[in-house]
Amino acid sequence: MATSLRTREGGPATGRSASRHDRGEGPFRFLTTGAGILLLAIMAAIAVFLVVKAIPALQQNTSNFFTEKLWTPNGAEPRFGIAALAFGTLISSLLALLMALPVAVGVALFISHYAPRRLAGVLGYLVDLLAAVPSVVYGLWGVIFLVPFMSGPATFLNTYFGWIPLFAGDAVYGRSILTASVVLAIMILPIIAAISREVFLQAPGSLEEASLALGATRWEMIRMSVLPFGRAGVVSAAMLGLGRAMGETIAVALIFPATFEITLRVLSANGNSIAANIANGFGEATVTGRGALIASGLVLFVITLAVNMAARLIVARRSFGGAA
Amino acid sequence: MAKQIEVADLDAYYGSHKAIEGISMTIEPRSVTAFIGPSGCGKSTFLRTLNRMHEVIPGARVTGKIRLEDQDLYGAGVDPVSVRRTVGMVFQRPNPFPTMSIFDNVAAGLRLNGRVRRSELEGVVEKSLRGANLWNEVKDRLSKPGAGLSGGQQQRLCIARAIAVSPAVLLMDEPCSALDPISTLAIEDLIAQLKNDFTIVIVTHNMQQAARVSDRTAFFNLAGPGKPGKLVEMDDTSKIFTTPSEKATEDYITGRFG
Ligand SMILES: Nc1ncnc2c1ncn2[C@@H]1O[C@H](COP(=O)(O)OP(=O)(O)OP(=O)(O)O)[C@@H](O)[C@H]1O
Ligand SMILES: [Mg+2]
Repeated sequence: MATSLRTREGGPATGRSASRHDRGEGPFRFLTTGAGILLLAIMAAIAVFLVVKAIPALQQNTSNFFTEKLWTPNGAEPRFGIAALAFGTLISSLLALLMALPVAVGVALFISHYAPRRLAGVLGYLVDLLAAVPSVVYGLWGVIFLVPFMSGPATFLNTYFGWIPLFAGDAVYGRSILTASVVLAIMILPIIAAISREVFLQAPGSLEEASLALGATRWEMIRMSVLPFGRAGVVSAAMLGLGRAMGETIAVALIFPATFEITLRVLSANGNSIAANIANGFGEATVTGRGALIASGLVLFVITLAVNMAARLIVARRSFGGAA
Repeated sequence: MAKQIEVADLDAYYGSHKAIEGISMTIEPRSVTAFIGPSGCGKSTFLRTLNRMHEVIPGARVTGKIRLEDQDLYGAGVDPVSVRRTVGMVFQRPNPFPTMSIFDNVAAGLRLNGRVRRSELEGVVEKSLRGANLWNEVKDRLSKPGAGLSGGQQQRLCIARAIAVSPAVLLMDEPCSALDPISTLAIEDLIAQLKNDFTIVIVTHNMQQAARVSDRTAFFNLAGPGKPGKLVEMDDTSKIFTTPSEKATEDYITGRFG
């Protein structure tokens, strides 16, 4: 009895844990490390492929790729630049974020802290559903409904707020930067709202009670304990939304008039973006044309990366900098 | 200014579950009242009805009457927000606002009451921190985050935050249960000082603590599993701990419980 006990406690037990260590840990570590390395390798391969395709086209370019506004890479004398496209991408996405963020945060707060539980459940489900609608649907809705509809609000803005450079101009058009931004805003709203809601729901109840017990109203409670807690998450959500807006292709390709102007007049018949330009131009592009489009895609990639890194910096500074 | 609390026939519910039943008592101003009783008998629930924090929980409600001096706390048209400004609360776990500095934590309640001048704010913050016996430890780092303090310091910060708005009543739900003996003593000393200005109600599982800090003690008990908690008796602390009227109280205090 005593011998068998000792054996069970001593030899086999440690032996088993050791073998478990070998059998489980080893392959698992191999698998995860392997997956990580594979991912990096694939990304590197894609990057190399794109750069290799882009370089000859850039060498053919008769203009400066970074300052040129026009995009005519298919002729005998290719002439193309990213300036107007990058500008269009940034302005339409930023406008979209500007419109979507307050609404999304409001929706998220309503679902997490104001709505009765059952309504909150339905609304939350609805938001998740909206986030899953394919972007081409938004694009078609934009072209068919929003483009004609926007002439009213656009005329209003132009008439009464024309003194703001954004809304200045002699005439207004349905297919404009603003219309595309509205479609983008509606597209990124659900994802920002969904993430913000998750973050707000995780705000510690102890902090909410702390502010309520001090005599805070519900809004004051949200300002004291929910928003500070959720700020980093909301910034991340906003950046994810911005990234989506910048990368959005089909929806805006359907709406933008595809011009190559740099203008702040968001009501004029202008507008284009890197992604939309790729979608519009890839079909009939020559080899140089394709290389040029690939180069533009790389620029979009770099911009997205920069935005994400800026966001990370903001979040890190806010959460570790301590109180002011 | 400390105020008297009078409770009459109070029931509190979580949804359809009745957590406490038929509680009536008078809590005297400028004194410390301790609530003791086994876990789950509704001490926290009752405490939270005194500043209308109970109804914050979805589905929770209260019947009965609570008067704070001459105000009916649950009267029609009484704003729970204003009740909570008069009846402050300190929780079991220290819960300073983590993104705020020590100064801002103490000033948080005052800022809710509208714009206050910085000089005035500084005066109140210092007075409250002194009142909470924390001033000497933090006066050189008022702009540092409150979350960087030790647990005991954080709890005293929460007390400073609660007294900064000069409430009439201070409710404390097991304020020392997450603290070490030294910090506990510091808070008990503090309670003894604070009772000169406030009406203090403290929930505690520590019999010695109840005996040390309180003037009056209320013993709560469950009639049985699943039944609502009730007030068994309430009397001067010295009497409760030496010659209680009820056998249940004696059993609980001497540890012959359940
Ligand atoms: N948020 C809640 N939702 C539903 N029921 C609750 C809630 N909080 C407490 N209860 C119930 O109310 C009853 C009283 O709980 P309460 O927390 O007031 O007891 P307590 O005396 O403070 O216990 P303890 O000494 O453990 O803190 C218990 O039956 C508990 O299950
Ligand atoms: Mg409790």
